[in-house]
Amino acid sequence: MIKIKDLNIHLGEFNLHDINLSIEKNQFFVLMGPTGAGKTVLLEAIAGLVSVKSGRIFIEDRDVTMLPPEKRGVSIVYQDYALFPHLNVERNVTYGAVFHKIDKDQAAKRLDWLASQLNLSHLLRRHPITLSGGELQRVALARALMVDPKVILLDEPLSALDPTFREEVRHLLKKIHDSSDVTFLMVTHDFAEALSLATQAAIMDNGTIEQVGNIQDIFLRPCSSLVADFVGMKNIFSATFKGTKALAGNLEFEIARKPTNSHGYIAIRPEDIVISKERLASSMRNSFRGVVTGMFDQGFSYEVHINVGDITFKSLITKGSLFELGIHEGVEVFLSFKATAVHNF
Amino acid sequence: MKREPFFWVTISCGVIIMAFILLPLIEMMRAPSVSMLGQTIKDKDVLRSIWLSIYTAGSAALISFVFGTPLAYLLARTHFKGKQLIESIVDLPIVIPHPVVGIAILSVAGRNHWVGQLMAELGLRVMGSVTGIITVLTFVGMPFYINSVKEGIEGISPRLENVSRSLGASMFSTFFRITFPLAWRSMLAGIIMCAARAVSEFGAVVIVAYHPMIAPVMIYERFEAYGLKYSQPVAVWLVALCLTLFLILRLIALPRKAQV
Repeated sequence: MIKIKDLNIHLGEFNLHDINLSIEKNQFFVLMGPTGAGKTVLLEAIAGLVSVKSGRIFIEDRDVTMLPPEKRGVSIVYQDYALFPHLNVERNVTYGAVFHKIDKDQAAKRLDWLASQLNLSHLLRRHPITLSGGELQRVALARALMVDPKVILLDEPLSALDPTFREEVRHLLKKIHDSSDVTFLMVTHDFAEALSLATQAAIMDNGTIEQVGNIQDIFLRPCSSLVADFVGMKNIFSATFKGTKALAGNLEFEIARKPTNSHGYIAIRPEDIVISKERLASSMRNSFRGVVTGMFDQGFSYEVHINVGDITFKSLITKGSLFELGIHEGVEVFLSFKATAVHNF
Repeated sequence: MKREPFFWVTISCGVIIMAFILLPLIEMMRAPSVSMLGQTIKDKDVLRSIWLSIYTAGSAALISFVFGTPLAYLLARTHFKGKQLIESIVDLPIVIPHPVVGIAILSVAGRNHWVGQLMAELGLRVMGSVTGIITVLTFVGMPFYINSVKEGIEGISPRLENVSRSLGASMFSTFFRITFPLAWRSMLAGIIMCAARAVSEFGAVVIVAYHPMIAPVMIYERFEAYGLKYSQPVAVWLVALCLTLFLILRLIALPRKAQV
């Protein structure tokens, strides 16, 4: 579907080197990486908005490297929505129709459908300045989908939204992706977001692709320390699920939501694990007793390794609390975390 | 609360500047009697010169609009080596002394230069003609237009244009559907700046075209020949008309609250 071969781009401050990427049709593909890694530049290159120094870009086996943006069949949705401020919602959404020779009846039908899918029907006469973040992003999505693109490029579509809207838009993205044959390529720097939406991913840093592949492989087997750092969740265990319980090794975990699969993985972020000397009387539903096996200085905090049976947990605690608790190797501690801190996939 | 001395310094300077600007203007406006103003505006020469001033300044603004807008867009949207040089060249007419502008234009438009010869063949005369006046006024007014529009376009996110293109619009369509509707206020502001600068030009025009007489030249001539009293009424009419015109344009250019 999308094929990128030896792509090089020189834009002064942002450069891409030797990018090779292949994305299947109707895939939900995620591009991740730290700020300044070149993710947005890569999106804009696919959309034809930046000039390419060398290399080729193919969309549906057609070489589009030299084609102008309007001939590529690629829609782009930006983090800041980029709605046309002088047009109302309806005219924003239908903006592209005339260029794709969609006649009035057809455009009206499609507008109706998109408005109902994205819950915009009551907003059509409003101007963008009067809309909330979630509404703006829904309009931007509708506008991009109006022209029935082959590929939709999403540049951190969720990161500017507050948590309630984020959940809502994420849900919508999944729904739209599942109900269409459009290929989605999304930039994000939130791994949890990526996990919940995508199947394939690429991690970028410094203008190159560090790792490409199945998102869970990247998660479980990061190929470099950068990717491992970026992935962030260090406690990953293979598990079997039973109701809202997960079994990993000889430990039983409480999880927040009932998983749909019976086998999979659970992951807990190190900063979500609380260490204490006594068993905590709190609402945290997971609590284990273990032995400290290692402590690693991380600047402002320590990464503490704790063995519970045959599982090693990694927890992040501040230097202050480390000394307060008197933690050293060999000491027995309790570790606790909420059921919602256990991610499963 | 007790105000600091610094506050009083800022206030006094402000008052002095207001007086410095307004006092001479008010005194000039007050000087001629109503009957004299009436008489002056009935004078066909006066009317013709004021009309010529407005007409030539408007033409200069229009030419700047047509030719300056694409350049302003280029400067706002692209980065290239030598961009600063181009920007300095655009600003050049602002810093050149006005008579020098006139002399420079004549040295290109004269019979000894190929441009002058070409224009002569086309039947265009610069020296002592309306064409000459418009040329001079465009020269001095263009930078104000370009700078204003450049700033206006820089204020529009290029992402809006990116989205428009990815939705299938060509660069031209994008400009007319997105950039222009969002930048027209800055264009109007640029037209006002350009025309205001052009209407006030005297030094360069007097060298290129003493006749036909634009209002500033006529005011100067009357001042030289008959003195202050005789030149004041023409000046009052010119100022009054220009202020009214600019005020109207300004009001149109003001952003309305409901939109954008």
